[in-house]
Amino acid sequence: MTEMPTLSPESATDSWTVAGRTFKSRLIVGTGKYKDFAQNAAALEASGAEIVTVAVRRVNVSDSKAPMLTDFIDPKKTTYLPNTAGCFNADEAIRTLRLAREAGGWDLVKLEVLGEAKTLYPDMRETLKATEVLANEGFLPMVYCTDDPIAAKQLEDAGAVAVMPLGAPIGSGLGIQNRVTIRLIVEGANVPVLVDAGVGTASDAAVAMELGCEGVLMNTAIAEAKDPILMARAMKLSVEAGRSAYLAGRMQKRRYADPSSPLAGLI
Amino acid sequence: MAPNTHMIAVTVNGETRRVPENTAIAHLVRMLELDPLKVAVECNRHVVPRSTLETVTLSEGDVLEIVHFVGGG
Repeated sequence: MTEMPTLSPESATDSWTVAGRTFKSRLIVGTGKYKDFAQNAAALEASGAEIVTVAVRRVNVSDSKAPMLTDFIDPKKTTYLPNTAGCFNADEAIRTLRLAREAGGWDLVKLEVLGEAKTLYPDMRETLKATEVLANEGFLPMVYCTDDPIAAKQLEDAGAVAVMPLGAPIGSGLGIQNRVTIRLIVEGANVPVLVDAGVGTASDAAVAMELGCEGVLMNTAIAEAKDPILMARAMKLSVEAGRSAYLAGRMQKRRYADPSSPLAGLI
Repeated sequence: MAPNTHMIAVTVNGETRRVPENTAIAHLVRMLELDPLKVAVECNRHVVPRSTLETVTLSEGDVLEIVHFVGGG
């Protein structure tokens, strides 16, 4: 009797750890741009993600009965990762995250300091400054950054618990534009690397995972799909597929054909 | 409220509001029909720890920001 092939132990128990916290899902999803909170919650369920990014904003004091995100996505079941979206300098980002820590009661945060509104490209000088301050204050910053291997190392040295290079501009859906730099960042990093921004469809997420990233963070690719819940499921599968392909170790590329059927015994 | 209660002006999320002197921040939050456990409060650019919301009181001209989590990427 032949033995049934089984998944290797590594893939069966696949998980990743950031700042001492272990997660099974390698997909982090945003909570912006959905039609409503119910659709958002359904997409989260389909994605299998255990972490969601959230923004920190003023409460609408004139309509305190408006539905709240926390009524639909339970912060006790799903890890909220507060972001600093909309912050264009270190001080604004730090101020936002100090409030976020008080609102949520946890230290794991997503830092993004933007350089300009048109491209939403990160301002790395301000990002580095904010990372240092936050790390000194006990925060665990996961940091959105350019796809620059040197900048990624500098962030790590400054106390980033994860570096999150963009694959393409936020909300663009253009896919991973520079596989070489993402791979170099992965090779050089001692903290998890996650592609954050730029994913447009499932194959983009698979590419990020095949490059060896620990995970992928996305929002618009799911929220702006015609069917966000189906796309959320597609992303779950593609992240898993990409991770398995990375672990499996892909074949070497050849310049010419190599037949799959034996040459011997031809009639 | 006693008729001779002294009222003070404070700014909440950019809007001026009049509240009785010595109102605790948690009390103001509840007056706005918000749950103090679901928001974070900054007073004059300093985060007010949740544990002190019941005891820290408002003064004339205080500038408050009351925030919570919303959808974002």
